[in-house]
Amino acid sequence: MKAEGSTFRYGDNVDTDVIIPARYLSTSDPAELAAHCMEDIDKDFVNKVQSGDLIVADKNFGCGSSREHAPIAIKASGISCVIAETFARIFYRNAINIGLPIIESKQAARGIAAGDRVSVDFDTGVITNETKGESYEGQAFPAFMQKIIQAEGLINYINQE
Amino acid sequence: MGMTMTQKILAAHAGLESVTAGQLIEAKLDLVLGNDITAPVAIHEMDKIKQEGVFDKDKIALVMDHFVPNKDIKSAQNTKYVREFAEKHDITHYYDVGEMGIEHALLPELGLTVAGDVIIGADSHTCTYGALGAFSTGVGSTDMAAGMATGKAWFKVPSAIKFDLTGTPAKWISGKDIILHIIGLIGVDGALYQSMEFTGEGIQHLSMDDRFTIANMAIEAGAKNGIFPVDEQAITYMKEHSGRDFELYEADEDAEYERVISIDLSTLRPTISFPHLPENTKTVDELADIPIQQAVIGSCTNGRIEDLRIAAEILRGQKVAKGVRCIVIPATQKIYLKAMEEGYIKDFIEAGAIVSTPTCGPCLGGYMGILADGERCVSTTNRNFVGRMGHISSEIYLASPAIAAASAIAGKLIGPSEWGGVSE
Repeated sequence: MKAEGSTFRYGDNVDTDVIIPARYLSTSDPAELAAHCMEDIDKDFVNKVQSGDLIVADKNFGCGSSREHAPIAIKASGISCVIAETFARIFYRNAINIGLPIIESKQAARGIAAGDRVSVDFDTGVITNETKGESYEGQAFPAFMQKIIQAEGLINYINQE
Repeated sequence: MGMTMTQKILAAHAGLESVTAGQLIEAKLDLVLGNDITAPVAIHEMDKIKQEGVFDKDKIALVMDHFVPNKDIKSAQNTKYVREFAEKHDITHYYDVGEMGIEHALLPELGLTVAGDVIIGADSHTCTYGALGAFSTGVGSTDMAAGMATGKAWFKVPSAIKFDLTGTPAKWISGKDIILHIIGLIGVDGALYQSMEFTGEGIQHLSMDDRFTIANMAIEAGAKNGIFPVDEQAITYMKEHSGRDFELYEADEDAEYERVISIDLSTLRPTISFPHLPENTKTVDELADIPIQQAVIGSCTNGRIEDLRIAAEILRGQKVAKGVRCIVIPATQKIYLKAMEEGYIKDFIEAGAIVSTPTCGPCLGGYMGILADGERCVSTTNRNFVGRMGHISSEIYLASPAIAAASAIAGKLIGPSEWGGVSE
């Protein structure tokens, strides 16, 4: 499994209220949520994002509310992977459970700038910055979580078990 | 090696003799919770599971509290969708308008959460029930769907930070001041993936409502859960509210903690979190002149009877400042009724505040108190993120009910003893 694309760059503590504000939580339709993704922190995001692009952030990405609408909005907007130094724990669970690839890497968070072309190899955990010619190590998932990701989410995993 | 209180509860529910931090386990659930925002997504996911029905119709709680009474057609459709699911599966604990309250105030009041339980809820403030000595944690809708179907959830066993609370808090120092102080100390990711285990002789001075407020905001430090030891006060509360048996767990003497933080409660001052993160704390002694246009007293953090009592004591016989909208929201019908019987509702209305039926409404910028551009709100809620309560240039100052009530009268941020009506 691989992800490759251009990057959007954010800082510490990107919360789920800015990823998808509560005024849009009356719907759970992925396309409708994607239309407002990141609106309160980056109003250009929805116009600029291309399928396959990545989000790179610093510490505690996805903090706050448990709304699964947040990773759903990100996934539906075409983002192929979120890289962060650390993730808030509920967001981390939710991303795995809905099959949105995420990876923790302090090195990558430090090295990647907005607009850099980046690829992620989920089997090895290696993150490559093609713009800068650098590579970084990401935190590989435990085997149990890999199974959920490979099944493309918790529900499929349960159905397989 | 010994186990923390959280680890002992998790081991028991995983059918294991012992667990260690970092271990992946599957635990049996005593309760699975969802609300009108998260349950629709969960029900949709559950339909994809190749299994008929729910694991136990008595162990699922569906509380319609975020956007009810429904604020628009879409939220009405969502509530209808959950209502039909509850009817179809004969869910015992479905709570709609008339019976509902804000979920984390309602469930302990109904006795559905007790010591020793493992509880997941598709709401981040599910960690509230740690006040009763339960392991409870927020999850997303897919975890909720899997929980409703199988009665189980996977967890990575957390390590812990121990908070040793000593001393007696001064007048006006509430659970809110204590937890804001702690978040200011360790930061919004200070307890990431960890348990916050509260111990120490200082706990005896904290009411159950104080403890609910503290456990409620463990998530704002990034924690998986917050938990209190079960003392006589907690046992009395559970016996008054619940007919269920409960199991008492204590941390081992040799339990391992990543950090131990000692806090002398007698030294704390009334504390406010400034925009736009709960960790941006200042005490009332550090305030500049900050005018406010709105005060919200309520939420799963501070909408309980003790919160309303403190606010009423301050607002009684006073007037909310011209230009300030003061919104009081009792968290449950029972709390509302009690506040009425005690005369607090009269105090609020005579002071120029308004009183709403239970709802999460303004806390998450849903309805019932949305902020315009540049407006400032002092709020007893739990998050002050950008745009949380309305326009992205609005500002939220998190504080105790005492500070919110005093500030509503003064028209600016002020400590509970500074506005002149009440001394320390």
